[in-house]
Amino acid sequence: MSTRVPVTITVNGKVRTAEVEPRLLLVHFLRENLGLTGTHVGCDTSQCGACTIMVDGQSAKSCTIFAVQADGCNLQTIEGLAPEGGLHAMQEGFWEEHGLQCGYCTPGMIMSGVDLLNENPNPSEAEIRKGIDGNFCRCTGYQHIVKAIQYAAKKG
Amino acid sequence: MTSTEPRLIPKLMGARVKRKEDPRLIQGRGTYVDDVKLPGMLHAAFKRSDIAHGRIVSIDTSAAEAMPGVELVLTGAQLAQHLPPQPVMTPFPAPPHHAITPDVVRFQGEPYAVVIATDRYIARDAADAIVAEIEPLPVLVDPEAAMQPGAPQIHEGFANNVAIFIPAGTGVDQAAGTVNNAAIEAAFAQADVVISQRMINHRLAPTPIEPRGIVAHWEPGKEALTIWASTQSAHLFKGFIAGLLGLGEDQVRVIAPEVGGGFGAKLIYGEDYAISAISRMLGQPVKWIEDRSEAFMTTSHGRGILGYIDIAARRDGKVLGVKARLIADIGAYETLFTAAIPTLTNGMLSGVYDIPAIRAELTEVFTNKTPTDAYRGAGRPEGIYFIERAMDMLARELQMDPAELRRRNFIQPHQFPFATQAGNLYDSGDYEKALDKALEISGWESLKAERDAARAEGRVVGLGMSFYVEICGVGGWEHASVTVQKDGRVVATTGTSPHGQGHETTFAQMLGDQLGVPIEHITVLHGDTAIVRQGTGTFGSRSQVAGGTVLMMAGEKVRDRMASFASHMMDANPADLAFENGRIFVKGSPGSGKTFAEVAGYAYMGAGTAAMSGMAYPPDAQPGLSEEAFWEPGGAGTFPFGCHIALVEIDRDTGELELRRMIAVDDCGTIINPLIVEGQVHGGLAQGIGQAMVEEVVYDEDGQLITGSFMDYAMPRASDFPMFEMDKTVTLSPHTPLGTKGVGEAGTIGSTPCIVNATVDALSPFGVKHIDMMLRPERLWAIINTNGGQA
Ligand code: FES
Ligand code: FES
Repeated sequence: MSTRVPVTITVNGKVRTAEVEPRLLLVHFLRENLGLTGTHVGCDTSQCGACTIMVDGQSAKSCTIFAVQADGCNLQTIEGLAPEGGLHAMQEGFWEEHGLQCGYCTPGMIMSGVDLLNENPNPSEAEIRKGIDGNFCRCTGYQHIVKAIQYAAKKG
Repeated sequence: MTSTEPRLIPKLMGARVKRKEDPRLIQGRGTYVDDVKLPGMLHAAFKRSDIAHGRIVSIDTSAAEAMPGVELVLTGAQLAQHLPPQPVMTPFPAPPHHAITPDVVRFQGEPYAVVIATDRYIARDAADAIVAEIEPLPVLVDPEAAMQPGAPQIHEGFANNVAIFIPAGTGVDQAAGTVNNAAIEAAFAQADVVISQRMINHRLAPTPIEPRGIVAHWEPGKEALTIWASTQSAHLFKGFIAGLLGLGEDQVRVIAPEVGGGFGAKLIYGEDYAISAISRMLGQPVKWIEDRSEAFMTTSHGRGILGYIDIAARRDGKVLGVKARLIADIGAYETLFTAAIPTLTNGMLSGVYDIPAIRAELTEVFTNKTPTDAYRGAGRPEGIYFIERAMDMLARELQMDPAELRRRNFIQPHQFPFATQAGNLYDSGDYEKALDKALEISGWESLKAERDAARAEGRVVGLGMSFYVEICGVGGWEHASVTVQKDGRVVATTGTSPHGQGHETTFAQMLGDQLGVPIEHITVLHGDTAIVRQGTGTFGSRSQVAGGTVLMMAGEKVRDRMASFASHMMDANPADLAFENGRIFVKGSPGSGKTFAEVAGYAYMGAGTAAMSGMAYPPDAQPGLSEEAFWEPGGAGTFPFGCHIALVEIDRDTGELELRRMIAVDDCGTIINPLIVEGQVHGGLAQGIGQAMVEEVVYDEDGQLITGSFMDYAMPRASDFPMFEMDKTVTLSPHTPLGTKGVGEAGTIGSTPCIVNATVDALSPFGVKHIDMMLRPERLWAIINTNGGQA
C-alpha cells in the first residue's frame, strides 16, 4: 500500500516509534498499534468527543488528527491520567457522582473535564455545560457529569 | 399502597451505593467489542445503496477483489445461498428480509455486498471500488401517500404497502375479528366538546454513542462459533444466530462485553448474521464495526407515528371518549419487533385516565426508509404523547387548569387493578399524590404568576405539564442463578444484559440484603451465554421487575440451603438463624455463629469428607450451594407513572427555545439504588426533551437521509438542559416481591409532551393551539413574528 512514515510519539510518558500510513488516524494508532483501547470512537465527523485525549497538555479529538501530525508530540490518554493504582480527582468525581452509565463517552468526557478545569479551576455550572458541549453522552442527561466535574473542581 | 410487605430489612437496598462497574470504565479498562482483537482476525466493510429504491441490474466486484489484502467479496445474491432471510419476533406477517439484499434495495444504506480484508482501511477502500448498476424505482417517503391505492409497491403481497391493520379498544373483539361501534359513537354523541387534531410523533435515531459491532469467530474442528457483539441480549442473539446458521445453540457462544448504550436499538441485525456466516465460511475471526454514518442509515429508527386524535368531553372536563387513527411509518422492512412496537401505542391511549370509550385504528405502512424498531419507550411515548397533547388542548378549550382537568379524570387508587379500554391492566397507582407533589415542588401557582408577569413584559414564556404511565416488565421469562462459593463469597448470574443500567451494583445490593453478605463479596455476571445459562435480556424496562425478581428467587433457595447446613452445624432451628455481615448466627447472639466461609466449606464437603473430618453431615443432604430459577412475570406488566412540569421561554428575536425549569416526579415503586434511578430518569428526560427540541430524522422526497451525521442530526448537549428538579412517590407493585416497577424509560415518556405543552402555552397568545415537533427556532420565530410580533 502507500508508503509508510516514521513517527516518534510520547504516550503516557513512554516514547513510541512506529512506521505508519500517512492516512492512519491518531485514534487508530492509539487503539490498534499501541492497544490503548480506552480512547473510543463514536463518530466519523469529529463531533462526539469519545476520542478526546490530551495533546501537549490540551484536549484534542484524536479522530481529527493523523498519527503523522502527532509526530514529536506528548500525548496523554485515559490510561495515563492517574498514577498506576490511583485515581485522578476527575475519575473519582465520575465514580462518586454516578457520572457514567454505559461508560462509552466517559474517557473522552473525563479528559474534557480535566482540560476544562486546567483552564478554569472554578467553573460555574453554565461554564461546565458549555465546556463539555463537544462531548456527547446519550445515557446520563449530563446532570451527574456536571456534578462529577464540580466534585473534581472542589477537590482542586 | 398495596398490601405487599417487603420481606427484607433493607440495608444496602435504598442506599446510594456507588457502582461496582465504574472503576474499570473510568480508567479506560472496559472491553467493548471494538477492543477485541484475535489472531488472524479479518475486517468487514459493507457496500451500501446510495439510492432509496432500485433494482440491482449488475454488480462488478472485480476491482475490489484485485486489491491486495482483500480476502473475500460477496454480493447479497451469493450470501443468500448460505443464509436464509432474517426472522422477526412478532406474530405479524413480514416480507423476506435478507441480511444483504440479493435483488432490490429498499432504503438508502441497505447493503448489497460485503468485503472481507486484512485491515479495516483496505476493506473500506475495496467496498468503495465495487461498482453496481441499480435501476431506480419510484420512492415512497410519505406513509399517507404510500398507503393510497395505486401507489408503487415496496413488497409483493402487501397491498397498498400496508404491513398490518389493527383496530383496538372499546367494542373490538380481536379474537372474534368483530368491531362494535355503539359505545364509542355514543360517547362522542353525548359530548359537549370534541377536539380533533392531527399530530406527528416524528422519527428519531436512537444513537447509542458506541455504534453497533461484532466479532465472530468460527473454529473449524471444534465446530463452534464465539461471538462478541454489542447487544442488549446475548441469549436472544445466540438463539437467532444458531437458528439462521443451522447450528445447535450449544455450538454458539455470545458475549456481550461492555455495551456502549442500546436504547432498544441493539438486539440483532443483518450484519450480525452475515459476519457470523462469513466467519464460518472462512474459518477465521471477522470483525465489523459500524461507522456513525452507517448507524444513522441502518441502525433502526424509533417513533415515526402519525396520529389523527379525537377527544370527546363534557363541559365539566370529564373525558368521555378518545379515537385515534394511527399511521406508523415503519420503513422498508420489519426487523425484530418492528410491527409490535406501534401496537403498544394503541395500548397506552388511556394514559392515567378513566376513559369510558377508546377506539384505535392502527395502520403500519412500508416506506423507503430505514426500518423502525424499539427506541427507549417503544410505542409507549407515542401513545402518551397523543393523549397528553389531547388533554392539554382540552384544558385550553375548556379554560381549565391542566392540572385540574387531569385530576378530574384520574383513575382512582381504589380502582386498581384497572382494566383500561385501551386493553391494559394497570397494577397500582396513586396519581393524585404524584400530581400534588409535582405542583408543590414546582410551585405551580407561583410559576403561573411568573409566566403571566413575563408575558406582561412582552416575553414569550410557557408552562406545561404532562402525566405519564408506562408498561414495564413484559417480554417473557427471566433466569438467574446464585452460588455461594466454597470461600463464602457469592457469585450470581442474570439473564438480563445491562448496557449502562448498573445491574452489577443493584443486583448485588439486593443479594447483599437477602443473604446478609457485604456487597464487596458479591459478583454479578451477565452477558456471556457460556457463563449465564439462560436469559432473555434487557429491554422494555424489564430488568428489575423480571431479572431482579427471579434473582431473589434463586437467592432465597440458596439462603434456605445455607440455613439448613448452618442449623446442622450449630444445632439450631433454621428459622431461628439470622444472616448478617457474612455470618450466620442464632438470632439475638451475633457474637456466636459461623462465617459464610465456614458454612460453605462444610456444605461443599459432602458426607464422605465430612465423616473423615469427624463431622456429621445432614442426613440425605447433597453438597453444594448453587441454585437457579426461572420466572415469568404475569403477563400484565407493572405500570410506573409520573408527572412532569416544564417552564420554557422563546427568544423573540431568534425563535430559540430555552428550557428554564424541568420538574419530574416519578413513581417506579420501590427503589433499590436512588443514584442509579436518578441517572435513568435524567437520561430519559434528556432523550424525551431531545425529541421535542432538537432531534429529528429527516428524509428528502428521494428518500435521501438529510440527517446522516452528527453535523445534521442534533444530539442534545449539556448546555441544552437546566438542572432537573426531581422527586418521587412510591406506590408498590403487587406483582413483584419488593414492589418494584421499573424505571428505564420513564423520563423519555413524560418529558416530550410536557415540553410541547409548555411551548404551545408560550405560543397561545399568538393563537397557537397545536404545534408539531420538533420545535425548530425558525418555525417558532415565524409564529411570533407574523402579525408584526403582536399577540
Ligand atoms: S470519534 Fe467522535 S469526535 Fe472523535
Ligand atoms: S455514559 Fe453512555 S454515552 Fe455517556
